[in-house]
Amino acid sequence: MTDASSDQPVKFYQKGTYTVSNRLVDARNRLVQSSMDRNNSLTCGHRACQGCGEALGARYAVDAAMRASNNQLIAVNATGCLEVFTTPYPETSWQIPWVHSLFGNAPAVASGVAAALRVKGDKRVRVIAQGGDGGTTDIGFGCLSGMFERNDDVLYICYDNQAYMNTGVQRSSATPPAARTATTPAVGDEPGNVFGTGKNVPRIAMAHGIPYVATASVANLKDLEYKVFKAMGIHGARYIHISVPCPLGWGSAPQDTVRVARMAVECGLYPLYEAEFGEVTNVHKIRRPVPVQEYLILQKRFAHLFRKDKPDTKRIKAIQDMADANIKRFNLLGEAAS
Amino acid sequence: MLKQIEGSQAVAEAIALCRPQVICAYPITPQTHIVEGLAALVKAKQLQGCEFVNVESEFAALSGVIGSSAAGARSYTATSSQGLLFMAEAVYNASGLGLPIVMTLGNRAIGAPINIWNDHSDSMAMRDSGWIQIFAETNQEAVDLHILAFRLAEELSCPVMVCVDGFILTHAYERIDIPTQEQVDAFLPPYEPVQVLDTKEPVSIGAMVGPDAFAEVRYLAHHKQMRALELIPAIGADFERHFGRKSGGLIHHYRTEGAEVVVVALGSVNGTIKDVIDDMRTEENIPIGSISICSFRPFPLAALRESLKDVKCVIVVEKSLDVGLGGAVDPNVRMALRGLAKPLFTAIAGLGGRPITKNSLRNFFKQAMKGELDTPHFLDLDWAVVNRELERGRKTRRSGPIAENILRDIGPGGPLAGGESS
Repeated sequence: MTDASSDQPVKFYQKGTYTVSNRLVDARNRLVQSSMDRNNSLTCGHRACQGCGEALGARYAVDAAMRASNNQLIAVNATGCLEVFTTPYPETSWQIPWVHSLFGNAPAVASGVAAALRVKGDKRVRVIAQGGDGGTTDIGFGCLSGMFERNDDVLYICYDNQAYMNTGVQRSSATPPAARTATTPAVGDEPGNVFGTGKNVPRIAMAHGIPYVATASVANLKDLEYKVFKAMGIHGARYIHISVPCPLGWGSAPQDTVRVARMAVECGLYPLYEAEFGEVTNVHKIRRPVPVQEYLILQKRFAHLFRKDKPDTKRIKAIQDMADANIKRFNLLGEAAS
Repeated sequence: MLKQIEGSQAVAEAIALCRPQVICAYPITPQTHIVEGLAALVKAKQLQGCEFVNVESEFAALSGVIGSSAAGARSYTATSSQGLLFMAEAVYNASGLGLPIVMTLGNRAIGAPINIWNDHSDSMAMRDSGWIQIFAETNQEAVDLHILAFRLAEELSCPVMVCVDGFILTHAYERIDIPTQEQVDAFLPPYEPVQVLDTKEPVSIGAMVGPDAFAEVRYLAHHKQMRALELIPAIGADFERHFGRKSGGLIHHYRTEGAEVVVVALGSVNGTIKDVIDDMRTEENIPIGSISICSFRPFPLAALRESLKDVKCVIVVEKSLDVGLGGAVDPNVRMALRGLAKPLFTAIAGLGGRPITKNSLRNFFKQAMKGELDTPHFLDLDWAVVNRELERGRKTRRSGPIAENILRDIGPGGPLAGGESS
């Protein structure tokens, strides 16, 4: 905790006490935010909400991709929160070549960029495409499947906040059952989103047999960075699905974003795993599974399940069953927790 | 080199001579032979330095070339009809981003009812998208316009749609002069993008723009098209210097000197119109001529007005219907004639591939010259069929699908089976 002054001065991009306190720590033990190696592709000054999980996830994912590609990275972005809050003309928060075309075509645009690089014989520059769950699991799904099928040399990153947050929290195909959204209100016999599992795009991606698929979460940034870094070491189509809680849409406290994300992992609803060529190769084990209530109760979108007069035990149990099914399928409690 | 060759194959060879670096393609009739030709050229390594990407939809096809063009590669795609409509969102996006993409449109009708034959409904649906739209009259011109299109697109940084009549041109075998690689290289310099995704100089392309600047951006798109009005004739003249033949330009005149009546049309129907004009001039000594509009967007208002200012009657023949108004080309021509108080008659012809015969045109021209017509006039419309269906609609609220009803009524001896056309 001493002798920090003898180190090189650290460039601070991120404001906040956490990073400032790093000044007191020697270089080896500093948090990654203040690392000299940080690329800082997505600079501060963007207009994301307080506690935005997507801003956090994107910053770590893109920075990791930058490190992995030796700063030779082009990013394609689908329409959505990330695009809107980073590029209010004439400002931009992107320090890397970045293009936004449409809501539903980010994978195809990225395929085109990759084709252009291939034809120019440019092997250094790499391509990532990114979008929210709406742009990925719904409107851009056809293009995504096409990109996978052709095995284009693109890493596609989906920032999953489980609804259309940019347009005011409407249901997407990634919205979990019973969740209240603007188009699945918490009223009637079946409050919230209908029961169903939604599209499990990581598993659909695996079905394409692409070289690498992973799920990650802002609750575990080291793991997220590791997966992005690993994905960037592979050529061909790769997919990473990142859980990014949205305080506004989920009705969680801005300071709870990471906590909520962690609960999703630890209750089993959001398993963290890697898959190569369609087969699961690595699973992040859960040390102590928490009941799904502890995850759900942090979010107003599930508040109707916890009414004091009439808690909806049936639906809570159904969600617990989903978590348990994941625990079983991915052997999340198995030995040799990694 | 002179070749007896199919229009689509000739277009494919012309595109190859332009050295595209990325081609994204999805099949749709009647565009298929063009991209098949290019796929074969790329596979056989006759077209080197080109990535041919087989995509999963037209939306992805244009999106792919948006990406490759933004990354600095000369990019090409082709489509028709429903395909153009499916990529519509990307059509507007490509021009908004100022990407010099060239696309061939094998013109075809839009359903329902589904119909694979030629009319201009598809290009008209995208006429306000900010793309330059040029129409080929012959297959020779189809070849030449593609070479011109890349030069124009890249000088303006604006996408260009080359409209080629489906089947009539795309599937017709003709004698076509395919330029040499040296000729094309001398005319078309390598692509130098004005904005590009480059790690050395990172830019953000496609930012969100609010009310503070959106109108200015749209004005600049309009300004670009106004510049194209000057560039198109200039590049056409340069093309003539390099290749020794006239192609492109804003409008083409045919026997308009001293003409009292002038017919205005787009695309391949001008061939038939010219034949009719020749007949009417020689057989009946009628002073009639025609103007083929090559550049529909930008629309050559001044050039057309100048050409039509002394004529007594203007006739528009067009293969598109602006439902609820009339012709789609008609209002553009009227705008060119504003204040001139000239009679203008429009025939909507050839919808969904209905043959446009010399007889029908000649009758229409004569009726128009006598001022006997309402406008728009639907050329060769079978009123008996229409009225029967209208009657059925009046009688019963559940009359079934219109197209199927009509086909059942017409039976095997439909209007096309009659012997009155020549």
